[in-house]
Amino acid sequence: MIRKKRPVAGACALLAALTAGLAFPAGAAAGEPTGQSAPKVNLVLDVSGSMRAKDIDGQSRMAAAKQAFNEVLDATPEEVELGIRTLGANYPGDDRKEGCKDTAQLYPVGPLDRTEAKTAVATLAPTGWTPIGPALLKAADDLEGGDGSKRIVLISDGEDTCAPLDPCEVAREIAARGIGLTIDTLGLVPNAKLSRQLSCIAEATGGTYTSVEHQDELTDRVNELVDRAAEPVVTPVATQGADSCDKAPALESGLFTDREEFGQQRWYRVELPAGQELRASVSVAADRAVRPDYGVLLRAVTVHDREIVRGEATGNGRTDVLSTGLRYPKPERDDDDSDKPAAEVVCLVVTNSFSADAGVKTTPGLPLELTIDVVDGPDGSGDVASFGLGRGWWLLGALIVTGFVAGLLWGWLSRWRFAVWRTN
Amino acid sequence: MRALRVLSAALLALGLAAAPAAADSSPSPSESGDTGAPTRAGTSFRTATEVEQGQTATARASTGDYLYWSFPADAGLRPTVHATVKLPESHAAETWQIDVYDGLRRRQACQYGAQTRTAGANAPSVELDCVLRTVRAWSEPWANDPLPGTYYVRLTALRLSTADLGQAVETELRVESKDMGGAAAVDGALSEPLMPGIATRAGKDEEEDRAVLAGLEPEDGWTSGWWSDRWIWTAAGGVLAALAGVAGYRLTRGSGRPPGAPPHA
Repeated sequence: MIRKKRPVAGACALLAALTAGLAFPAGAAAGEPTGQSAPKVNLVLDVSGSMRAKDIDGQSRMAAAKQAFNEVLDATPEEVELGIRTLGANYPGDDRKEGCKDTAQLYPVGPLDRTEAKTAVATLAPTGWTPIGPALLKAADDLEGGDGSKRIVLISDGEDTCAPLDPCEVAREIAARGIGLTIDTLGLVPNAKLSRQLSCIAEATGGTYTSVEHQDELTDRVNELVDRAAEPVVTPVATQGADSCDKAPALESGLFTDREEFGQQRWYRVELPAGQELRASVSVAADRAVRPDYGVLLRAVTVHDREIVRGEATGNGRTDVLSTGLRYPKPERDDDDSDKPAAEVVCLVVTNSFSADAGVKTTPGLPLELTIDVVDGPDGSGDVASFGLGRGWWLLGALIVTGFVAGLLWGWLSRWRFAVWRTN
Repeated sequence: MRALRVLSAALLALGLAAAPAAADSSPSPSESGDTGAPTRAGTSFRTATEVEQGQTATARASTGDYLYWSFPADAGLRPTVHATVKLPESHAAETWQIDVYDGLRRRQACQYGAQTRTAGANAPSVELDCVLRTVRAWSEPWANDPLPGTYYVRLTALRLSTADLGQAVETELRVESKDMGGAAAVDGALSEPLMPGIATRAGKDEEEDRAVLAGLEPEDGWTSGWWSDRWIWTAAGGVLAALAGVAGYRLTRGSGRPPGAPPHA
């Protein structure tokens, strides 16, 4: 079968080469999501009293942050919608309850007016508490709407002072809203506790944590994060897997997200026509403190619960994500079983063996990302070697010896025939 | 001799057909335009920065980040991933690791190379290597052999002290491949390379600058998979066998007449 297909493919190569110039440049860049809206970035700046400390290149943390913001505002790409939110900027008192509500939008998320934004930043003076959790919640609300990429950049010099609301859990809840939001954190001259808290916030949403000791580091990093937001990224589609195949959502090719709790099963179904290949990959992210040994299992199962193929991954140690995948080409249909349906329903089931110590919240579940591609099936393989061709000195030797022996025999035969003919 | 002529004509035809197949490349959208190698790294599979083979990608990052790059690898190549991390001046002992995943996000084993390495306290840098298995054009669906398509590299600190979290590091990544030639030419081929999101890419409305999970292709496009030097070996073997056959024939048949035979019998 392939023997027929291949020469045709080879002949088509010429045609393809001729048409490639016309067809491909646009096709290669064409992507997955539909028209994306503008990327949004919300800068969240800590304006608490501790920002007065003069330990960044001899100037105060506040002054360094202001200067960095000015430079970032100048360098922000046109397409990015930028906003600024402050925390602890307005309430100077000692009432914890009041201080923990102190977060305000300094500049609304939207098309950027650089002068206006800079003027707003200039008015800031170090004042109050450090309500990181509430500020993150509000910052996420600011970014609501649109399907572009969303990013919060949190700059803080002290850990959250508004327990019991754990900013880490707040970050996880924000991520679980499924609006594709990433939180990056920067710690100004951080101590170990702040490092832990800020990196916990970052890891909960797949963001990054950076510690900053100098003003230029701050500028470079924030600039980089804003630029990164401007890069086009495929936005996944939120879906919700069921706990059995018959209730599972039917998926087509694309990128999907879901949540999966510890030890939970997530079922999805995909319709696979004969002669097509299903490619599925899944990654489960460890967005909280998990025990150091874990695994992920992805199985493709028929509707009658027979396993077709599985992908499994296990891991150990510090990780952000554990992933695996599988491939299932459904053979071409033979003509004689034409009464069977042309497409098969393949159930995909994802399980994980992540576990956490007591006290770690189990809801919302771990972020799960599922990629599904249904493509044409592969050309089968009839031999180990390409077209069954040979290669190497042993092959040459064998052919030469065989040829030589055949020649000898043929020569001897013709001599014998000549002799026989002569005798008669 | 006729067989030889037919064979050489066939070889010539094959060569001609191979040329357009090799030229069948589409302009691949590169991460940083045409200005050169990328200077940034992604932070997840979805946002991995695309790197071409032979390019040196750099990225400034923080200790504790998970850095992702992706590169295309074609059949018959054996990619080597090489990463260097320049560490800050003072730090505690840190263990760094590179992991390579294929287009289905399955972890790919390193044949050799220091995939994980621990840098002692205050060591200036750490170097990591991973030599993958040879990429095959086809494998059974139940195997996890490397197949042509996108490969992901993840670089991260595996063990580190809290005090080092977030410290600035400079990273460098370079992917190179060794061509394994016809020895690795297997039968069969995938219909599409193992690139995530490829099913949603073809045929839809053609919009420029659209985000894709992986868009980079090898410099000369994906090989069609039917050409290998096995054709030359096999053809050469055929020619040599024919020559050996002629030689053997002449040896036993002698001058054409047995000795002592009358000239006109």
